[in-house]
Amino acid sequence: MELNDLIHGTGEWLKGTGPHAHIVLSSRIRLARNLTLAPFTNRSEKPAMDEVLKAVEAAMHNVPMLKNATFFRLNEMDNIDRQFLVERHLMSHDHATNPQGKAVIVSAEEALSIMVNEEDHLRIQAMQSGFNIDGTWEVVNALDNALSEQLPYAFTPEWGFLTACPTNTGTAMRGSVMVHLPALVMTRQINKVLGAIQKLSFAARGFYGEGTQAAGNFYQISNQVSLGHSELDIIQNINGLIRQIIEQEEQARQALLLQNKSVLEDKVCRAWGTLKSARIISSQETIELLSMVRLGVDVGLLTDLDPKALNELFIMIQPAHLQKIEGKKLTTAERDTRRAQLIREKFQNKS
Amino acid sequence: MKCDKCTKKATVHLTEIVDGKVMEMHLCEDCAREQSEHMEQQFGLADLLAGLTDFGKHVPSVQGSTETLQCGACGLTYEDFRKFGRFGCAHCYVAFKPQLKTLLKKIHGSSTHLGKAPVHYVPLETGVAAPAAAPAATAVEAAVPVVTPQLSEIDVLRAELKAAIKHEDFEQAAILRDKIHALEGRS
Repeated sequence: MELNDLIHGTGEWLKGTGPHAHIVLSSRIRLARNLTLAPFTNRSEKPAMDEVLKAVEAAMHNVPMLKNATFFRLNEMDNIDRQFLVERHLMSHDHATNPQGKAVIVSAEEALSIMVNEEDHLRIQAMQSGFNIDGTWEVVNALDNALSEQLPYAFTPEWGFLTACPTNTGTAMRGSVMVHLPALVMTRQINKVLGAIQKLSFAARGFYGEGTQAAGNFYQISNQVSLGHSELDIIQNINGLIRQIIEQEEQARQALLLQNKSVLEDKVCRAWGTLKSARIISSQETIELLSMVRLGVDVGLLTDLDPKALNELFIMIQPAHLQKIEGKKLTTAERDTRRAQLIREKFQNKS
Repeated sequence: MKCDKCTKKATVHLTEIVDGKVMEMHLCEDCAREQSEHMEQQFGLADLLAGLTDFGKHVPSVQGSTETLQCGACGLTYEDFRKFGRFGCAHCYVAFKPQLKTLLKKIHGSSTHLGKAPVHYVPLETGVAAPAAAPAATAVEAAVPVVTPQLSEIDVLRAELKAAIKHEDFEQAAILRDKIHALEGRS
């Protein structure tokens, strides 16, 4: 697989299907693993990092689940390509910043990815569309088992998987669910919800990962505790929490439709109008408008719009994607124009 | 404006919020540097993670004071771990064991792993491992026999079969199915 093959579509996890896809965009589980054959990445020099890369690449060829996956060495890519992988949620921003001695493995459908030599030697990730943490766990667990047959994992029965940061020790598992909560934001209940999430030792972050604002009313909710609970316990807790959040968002949507339908309709239609007509648009504005349009589709105020196309736009309108589509480097101003054009093309035949 | 701590000109202006109270500080460059080092020591990442200032210092340690505590495999000192909040290698977990119990409990509310185990793993050496001169402790561990816990071969194959079917890798699924049948026949 070549990186350029990915440009015109998006990964499996964005297809807009699966349970509760009108509120839950995607489910993701990430497992951190280290190998005993080298110090952790923060204390590894180039030879040790290379040894890890070599071991992981060799192991990959013996794992049937990774048969169609590709191993990308980050120092062999340019900046835009690395950013492109970050924008597709296949690797972290940190991983892209300092590419020496790092790699990422990406499966053909982008449902699986493995960062090599990030903070931990391995960050194994599985992603699926909609609310499906159980299914995501099955996949990531099978991949982890297969890899552990090939690679010497750092593990003790007492403390579980040994990670560079003590906040990950134990299961070294982070399950996260991306939810779209526009109605809870509009009815000013979101802070109450976020407060409850924190009390339950979960964290809420923005769409574009750690340290980002919750643009477009998207929140990524993930567990914080990784020691003292089994993976299945953690998954059960995530499921319980997300189910409640879905319910609250649904109630808020119904309340908006009952009490403020014309205001909601106005917001949705203005957003739709702007998206279809804009000639210059920033990513921030696009995401906010897309969020409103998506809500409009979800509650039936806008019809004839494919949720998958909307999901794709969230990814495609980002800087590296625009530059790869255009095939050259673009300034911020050029990107804002190209972005508006891309959106208009996408909605060409829609009234 | 003069520096709050000496008589030089203040060029750095700090605002600190403690318990809702805003405190402003005006410092010259030298005093600011000193202050920031002091603050960094006070607010090391590991401390923030644990939500306290001295999680390890009051724990009685078999190795004595935490100030001289060091991982024999990668050379990371406990002080550096406190400052940066990251371990240097798997053996740090052994070297800092008494301190870690408290820390992990503070972070996670527990210090006992209840999750899965890998299909294979190499047990870590007890006590401090290789000398600092050999950072990658490969040779030491290679001699230790591999442990296969919990999951039997057949369980692993079944999990792989499930995954293969899910991924529509039917060729692999058939191979796995035959292996499972063969194992079942044997038992």
